[in-house]
Amino acid sequence: MKHFRSIAEAGSEALQRLLELADHMAEVNRRPNPKVPALRGKTVCNVFFEDSTRTRLSFETAAKRLSADTMNFAVSSSSVNKGESLRDTIETIAAMGVDAFVVRHKSSGAPWQISQWTTASVVNAGDGWANHPTQALLDSYTIRTAFGSLDGLRIGIVGDVRHSRVARSDIEAFTMLGADVVLVGPRTLLPPTPLAPATACLDDVLPKLDVLYLLRMQHERMNESLVPSLREYTARFGLTPERAARLQPHALVMHPGPMNRGVEIAVDPAELPGAVITKQVTNGIAVRMAVLFDLLGSGGME
Amino acid sequence: MVSTSSTTLEGSTILLTGGTVIDRNGTRVGDVRIADGVVAEPGPADVTLDCTGLVICPGFVDLHTHLREPGQEEAETIETGSRAAALGGYTAVVAMPNTDPTQDSVSVVEFVRGQGQRAGLCDVHPAGSITIGRAGTQLTPLAELAGAGVHLFTDDGTGVQDPLLMRRALEYAADLGVTLAQHCEVARLTEGAVMHEGECCSHLGLPGWPSLAEELMVFRDIELCRRTGAPVHLLHLSTARSVELVRAAKADGLAITAEATPHHISLTDELLRGYSALYKVNPPLRTMADVVAVREGLADGTIDAIATDHAPHAADTKERPLDQAPPGMVGLETALGVALAHLDMPLGDVVAALSWKPAAIAGLGALHGRPVVAGEPANLTVFDPAEEWQVVPARLASRSHNTPFVGVPLRGRVRHTFLFGTPTVLDGRAQR
Repeated sequence: MKHFRSIAEAGSEALQRLLELADHMAEVNRRPNPKVPALRGKTVCNVFFEDSTRTRLSFETAAKRLSADTMNFAVSSSSVNKGESLRDTIETIAAMGVDAFVVRHKSSGAPWQISQWTTASVVNAGDGWANHPTQALLDSYTIRTAFGSLDGLRIGIVGDVRHSRVARSDIEAFTMLGADVVLVGPRTLLPPTPLAPATACLDDVLPKLDVLYLLRMQHERMNESLVPSLREYTARFGLTPERAARLQPHALVMHPGPMNRGVEIAVDPAELPGAVITKQVTNGIAVRMAVLFDLLGSGGME
Repeated sequence: MVSTSSTTLEGSTILLTGGTVIDRNGTRVGDVRIADGVVAEPGPADVTLDCTGLVICPGFVDLHTHLREPGQEEAETIETGSRAAALGGYTAVVAMPNTDPTQDSVSVVEFVRGQGQRAGLCDVHPAGSITIGRAGTQLTPLAELAGAGVHLFTDDGTGVQDPLLMRRALEYAADLGVTLAQHCEVARLTEGAVMHEGECCSHLGLPGWPSLAEELMVFRDIELCRRTGAPVHLLHLSTARSVELVRAAKADGLAITAEATPHHISLTDELLRGYSALYKVNPPLRTMADVVAVREGLADGTIDAIATDHAPHAADTKERPLDQAPPGMVGLETALGVALAHLDMPLGDVVAALSWKPAAIAGLGALHGRPVVAGEPANLTVFDPAEEWQVVPARLASRSHNTPFVGVPLRGRVRHTFLFGTPTVLDGRAQR
């Protein structure tokens, strides 16, 4: 695999391989000294055109545990603010000798443009509303760890699917791994073509779910008349204590973070037995190690 | 083959032999003699061009060309755009007014026309904007501009959003003998839009441009035409429902005309899957069902004209991420090749949609799109209707190379173009 830009592009074979590789990486992470020399001499550059401290830290940690050198390019303090084009930025950094770019961009598709201008691998750390494939990988990994497999699981993705790169990549990955995905939200928050079976009634599907995946409800959506108010959103689509009580005992509750407490999640996740939100964060490092190793690694793991 | 240089052919008497002549009177095989800028009676000639197997027809007229000058000369100039037009078989183009400054005053309009004359490659007819600066608030001096020879008015790039202003513009224009042309897009429905709203945009995570945004304004302007009686020309129709609305309006006898672009009869939104801004255009590439409906609209005459919406953009702007890249594609040099490759219509109907029908809409019917008979201005195009070819962006005469047709098989290629008897293109090469 040369790039990791979307789940659809990677395909199901790569998805399975990365999940298995993530098992090995998780084992590394449990060691007292969680570091292997697998990517020694390789350089990974995080290029974040949009701020995301948690994703950047996760990638940086992953690269360091594989002994890669890391560089961070922060747009706020760079020539991008002086009008430098995306192409010039990438070509300049590439000239310093980079093996992989980890890219976050507010524009859907930016990683595809970037990969035209460099021979380095491109890892998509989130582009616009389009893709967040390492998030989908860590979500799949987290579910697989709990259930052994995603095959036949019923997964409800609730909320603002329309504007969510997490939802798009999750739908692709979960479906590829054999799960039945149902989208839950008002039509204003679903894509023009829903991408998976959809419903506006959370209470109908809630008791049948194996996984309840809550998306972040952004406050600015209120100004766009996509929903009348956050209060009404929570009443229809939020995880309230009443709804939590109707979940199956084995059901997982997931969220990509950062959470809007009191909006999409109106209970304390610490009191939800099925909440695996911090596990998602931990698993993020293992799957990102798997991706970087798959793209850049040539030797063994030890 | 022509071995003589253009300087010796300028002013020469030229005989085109053995070609198939297609004009509004029909199709016939015969020779065409050009002398003193007009089609002449049979007689001697300085130069003979063998046109066996080729079509000789009135020159093409583009209702929708962005020449970018003044203001964006890094993308195109009137000279480079005129050269591209001549190579595409055009003898006249309507220059869209979204220049900087806007073509909303006599001085700018005369500058554009003058630059066209200086280039001498095709007739450049500036359109005027409907509102000052295309800002959508205040009418341009329509009568004064009409007096300066402007026939088409449009705020192309955006539609006139305000229904009151559009109504008044039509009422005011009704007595001037001019035509208002609308870019049909309800802007509130397309904020941030990058591509057609549908299945493809849902997968790609790109903001959608719904068909509805076009159709609402098509409907509004058809009804305004019905009430004011003023003619309305609808630019670049792209949806199946728009075609239906226009078909019904024409059945009612309304003064509605419409155009479609080569890209909307050949390409679909699926091309955006690689996230390349080359395929970003406004209105966007739509679905195959829309493409088929637009083709049918051209075939049954609902859509009068093929218009390029030639929109050059400098390479660096098309390298931006999709949401930041400007919309548009160059099209002058490939229009015939796309039309013949993708339209299942009699050849004469395709030529009509490229020549005399747009000439009439542009108010150029006295000089362009004329029958190929003695005494008429020798604005002529000679093309090979069977030649199959592929576009090479670097060889385009346009200053910008943002063509979406790389790798798309084209059929039909321009061989010669004559502007008032002077060859602007010979054997596929521009003469100046």
